[in-house]
Amino acid sequence: MRTIAIMNRVLKELFRDKRTLALMFVAPILVMLLMSVIFNTNSSTDVSVGTIGVTKSLNSEIDGIKHVSVKKYDTKTAANKALKDEKIDAIIKKNGNNYHLIYANTDSTKTAAVKMAFSNALTTTSVNKLKSALKKSTTATVKLQAQIQAIQKQQAAASTKGAATSTKATATNQSTKSSGQTTPKITNTYVYGDKNTGYFAKMLPILMGFFVFFFVFLISGMALLKERTTGTLDRLLATPVKRSSIVFGYMLSYGILAVMQTIVIVLTTVWLLGIEVVGSMASVVVINLLLALVALAFGILLSTFANSEFQMMQFIPLVVVPQIFFSGLIPLDSMASWIKGISYIIPLKYSGDAVAAIITRGTSLMDLGFDIGMLLLFLVVLTTLNIVGLRRYRKV
Amino acid sequence: MKKAIIDLQHLAKNFGDQTVLKDINLTVNTGEIVGLIGPSGAGKSTVIKVALGMEVADGGSAKVFDTALPNRQLLGRIGYMAQTDALYDSLSGRENLKFYGLMKGIAKADMEAAVQHVAEVVDLTDYLDKRVAGYSGGMMRRLSLAIALLGDPDLLILDEPTVGIDPALRRQIWAELGRLRDEGRSILITTHVMDEAELVDRVALLLDGKVMAFDEPGVLKYEYGVNSIEDVFLKAEGVE
Repeated sequence: MRTIAIMNRVLKELFRDKRTLALMFVAPILVMLLMSVIFNTNSSTDVSVGTIGVTKSLNSEIDGIKHVSVKKYDTKTAANKALKDEKIDAIIKKNGNNYHLIYANTDSTKTAAVKMAFSNALTTTSVNKLKSALKKSTTATVKLQAQIQAIQKQQAAASTKGAATSTKATATNQSTKSSGQTTPKITNTYVYGDKNTGYFAKMLPILMGFFVFFFVFLISGMALLKERTTGTLDRLLATPVKRSSIVFGYMLSYGILAVMQTIVIVLTTVWLLGIEVVGSMASVVVINLLLALVALAFGILLSTFANSEFQMMQFIPLVVVPQIFFSGLIPLDSMASWIKGISYIIPLKYSGDAVAAIITRGTSLMDLGFDIGMLLLFLVVLTTLNIVGLRRYRKV
Repeated sequence: MKKAIIDLQHLAKNFGDQTVLKDINLTVNTGEIVGLIGPSGAGKSTVIKVALGMEVADGGSAKVFDTALPNRQLLGRIGYMAQTDALYDSLSGRENLKFYGLMKGIAKADMEAAVQHVAEVVDLTDYLDKRVAGYSGGMMRRLSLAIALLGDPDLLILDEPTVGIDPALRRQIWAELGRLRDEGRSILITTHVMDEAELVDRVALLLDGKVMAFDEPGVLKYEYGVNSIEDVFLKAEGVE
């Protein structure tokens, strides 16, 4: 009952603070929009490809694609050196009928561009080959028909000769077929990272969680700080209200706000950036709601250690920024193990992992038990600390 | 007839190494206004915090309504007004009153009447639907008092209620406090204003964590052989 009253009051206050509200909803959209523009520009970066022993038609086909240029190399060493010197972004090497692609992969958009260009060019050349083969076989058929007509004319006389020609034509057909249908085997090698290094795809779930975490952390922390400094918390505690009711009231109101914010962010990313969400959007909202509650509990807890709004801001570089570093945005595999250890106490890591799984692989919530469990653990521990922590202001 | 509503005996309180209250003996009876005066840092706010159960005494006994403190349920029967106004700026006066009313446990059905009643007492009826951010300092103070009066509490604990209030309003508030006292309620009030200390029924002089003197203002003046409570205060402090 009192919890609901506190929730109503907090929501009322929030919705009357138009600027803060705008910050929560407009700022993420603005950043997402900016990013979408920046990443779209990036996708049309000029890439240059080194080729070794690739057919002339394929070379000119790749060269003909917009933003892609081709440099021919005679030896693998020369090409490798160019790749190392960042003169080229990828090497295409032909081994017999197969291709070996080596990407620098320092910029995943370039890698993607090369992949796209190569497969397009390959398709075009094989279509061209097919076309010419088709032409050949058509000519052969026309020839055959002419021959058949000739044969029909000289039917009785040369029956054995006609049979021989038709066998020959069939053989030509068969050879066309075989050269057109053998798809060349393509091997991909990455100098840096692997084929999953799609930067933006990886960034998005973390970024989404980050917005939720950052704003809920800051605004809820500020709200409770204000409540403390203006004396309303003391006054609130001078009524028979339970300490837990205060904490739960805050959780409910900010939970509602976080759900709305997540929906806005998810819709923005899906519509504006055209990101494909394989799994269910509801699952994404659920995970972000959990993260928001963790952020809220975090914000309330840390606000007790701040004496002013400015001191609350000081937690941003200390608490919020490291969240991004350890959230998996930067691959942790190559880092020292003690640094990896830190990532286990970063809530954003779990929500990032979970949302990434939902967005890219369509994993259901049922299979994300570990991540959800960890977030719940954070939530329970921090909430308990908050309820106990309010004892500082009232002993019962 | 006289029943102690607040009963503090040999109260002691430390914050770390610092001893704030040493030996506090203070009672507030039914139908009585008790004033608590003393210099800044004497421990006035700490006495109030203990009486509300926000802090727990380290020694002695603290009872309110014959119940040992701290006790959360008792808070529903106490009206508390802090030094700061403690209002939600973005809410209207009515919303503030309703919120604190719900926190105090006033039933929804009685809420309208309760809000109307306290608003009339502090003369804010016409401004109830205005946001507090647009209130003047005096109006905020009055709203803060109105919140303390919500739910007709038997005991009022007021921490410097007349700070920053113009004389006319101060007189009005004291008249209201007198009326509440005559209804049989108990009031514990802290103040810096010495002539206000003349208006209470009994005054407690708090110095260095001890109650130096606790009696009716007239008796104190007689005992110290001076003409005003201010002089009593100065004499007790040893300034003269």
